[in-house]
Amino acid sequence: MAKIPFPVRFSAAQLLRAGLNRSWRWPQLWRTPQPKRAYQVVIIGAGGHGLAAAFYLARDWGIRDVAVVERGWLGGGNVARNTTVVRSNYYYPASAGFYQRSVNLFEGLSDTLNFNVMFSQRGILSLAYSPHELNAMARQVNALQLNGIKAQMVDRAEIQRRLPLADLSPQARHPCLGGYFHASGGTARHDAVAWGYARAADALGVDILQGCEVQGFEMRQGKVVGVRTAAGTIGAHRTAMAVAGSSSLVAAMAGVALPVVSHTLQAFVSEPLKPVLDTIVMSGLHHTYASQSDKGELVIGGDSDPYTSYTQRGSFSLIERTTVGLLELFPSLSRVRLMRQWGGTVDLTPDRSPIIDRTPVEGLYVSTGWGTGGFKAIPSGGLALAHLLACDRPDEHSTAFSFDRFARSALIDEGAASGVAH
Amino acid sequence: MLLIPCPYCGLRDESEFSNRGEVVVRPDPDAASDAQWVQYLYFRNNVRGWQSEYWVHTHGCQQLFVVRRHTLTQQIERPA
Repeated sequence: MAKIPFPVRFSAAQLLRAGLNRSWRWPQLWRTPQPKRAYQVVIIGAGGHGLAAAFYLARDWGIRDVAVVERGWLGGGNVARNTTVVRSNYYYPASAGFYQRSVNLFEGLSDTLNFNVMFSQRGILSLAYSPHELNAMARQVNALQLNGIKAQMVDRAEIQRRLPLADLSPQARHPCLGGYFHASGGTARHDAVAWGYARAADALGVDILQGCEVQGFEMRQGKVVGVRTAAGTIGAHRTAMAVAGSSSLVAAMAGVALPVVSHTLQAFVSEPLKPVLDTIVMSGLHHTYASQSDKGELVIGGDSDPYTSYTQRGSFSLIERTTVGLLELFPSLSRVRLMRQWGGTVDLTPDRSPIIDRTPVEGLYVSTGWGTGGFKAIPSGGLALAHLLACDRPDEHSTAFSFDRFARSALIDEGAASGVAH
Repeated sequence: MLLIPCPYCGLRDESEFSNRGEVVVRPDPDAASDAQWVQYLYFRNNVRGWQSEYWVHTHGCQQLFVVRRHTLTQQIERPA
């Protein structure tokens, strides 16, 4: 495995000098290179998945002749627009293995990237409000334990101990009956994940080309041989797209149709509070989940907007529904004000599982369908896409996430099976 | 809040409705190939622009109808 040649940029002495000298300019964390005429690999989309794939290509496969092209700025899409939750409580073995690998990689990510991604395994508490929901959770927990993932049922007293603020009483509109705790789940600093991968990939020689929109594909004899961008044509032996909600639009430029729809998923943060919530709480009944960031803001998420949308701005009815659910769970937060709200365009497949595969067009590879859970999958998805680009076949963890599984009806229906807010 | 033009009840809040996705044409069950079924079941145009889509007035008159909506600007075409 290649050692990453990080240049020394900061020191205590530099910091001190910077504090005294206001004309100090912080060094750039990555270069702003001119595009070369051709690369071995071009990855479209400098989000979490694209940057991670570039990093693993360079580090694990020695393929450093790589460009990541990005229409906007790096880490400005869904990697900046999520609720930073990392978890592996998936039902089917294919997903369980894939997402558990991601959690394992997150555990060492700060060391790998020499960048503090602030991964905090504070656990995820999912709540049940009916005997049926409790039964479904027991089944889920059994599946997780069989797959070697940390999960255990917890009773109401234990939930109250972990969530002192929650109204779990029999007098509540929906009395809580129990739940389960997924101890290895947690949160990570989302921007740091994007910046850490970007900096490490750049140090290994990957060119990150921001503000460089892909406007079409260079095709030769039905094969993709490069991309046409605002900065000219860039040749590529292999081209991958990791563009989340824009997947259908980019793939269409190569004549590829995808089983994907784009919806808005929104989230919001409250004003900063003193520590009131030291775990992540999820309630399927209330269609809401929340955690508290290190800055004290409550980070609140819910369902995606239930219709096709590219607006990157959520509907007001979803804000209302999500906050109503949160307040039924935590009535004492009723005077807390929301500070910011944002939306990302998520790429949903019919079975809510990703596609990491070759496309029907030679030379074009795709990583899409990350839907509402792409952030947690970044390390594992990056590793899988890098393997695919290096070897022209998926790795052992991503063979199930093939493009043709829909034609074979071999769905990995996590949307129905996991019973979690995806 | 989007206002959805229900042809029976007039303009109502989106929270009264369920979206059923873009309009797709079901192939002839007696003649369709496997590939056509796969296309019908799983593949969508997912346009960024004007889209014809189904809505159901779930918490109202229960009727299913087609609305044209712009998926980027959220404009909704008023029925003629």
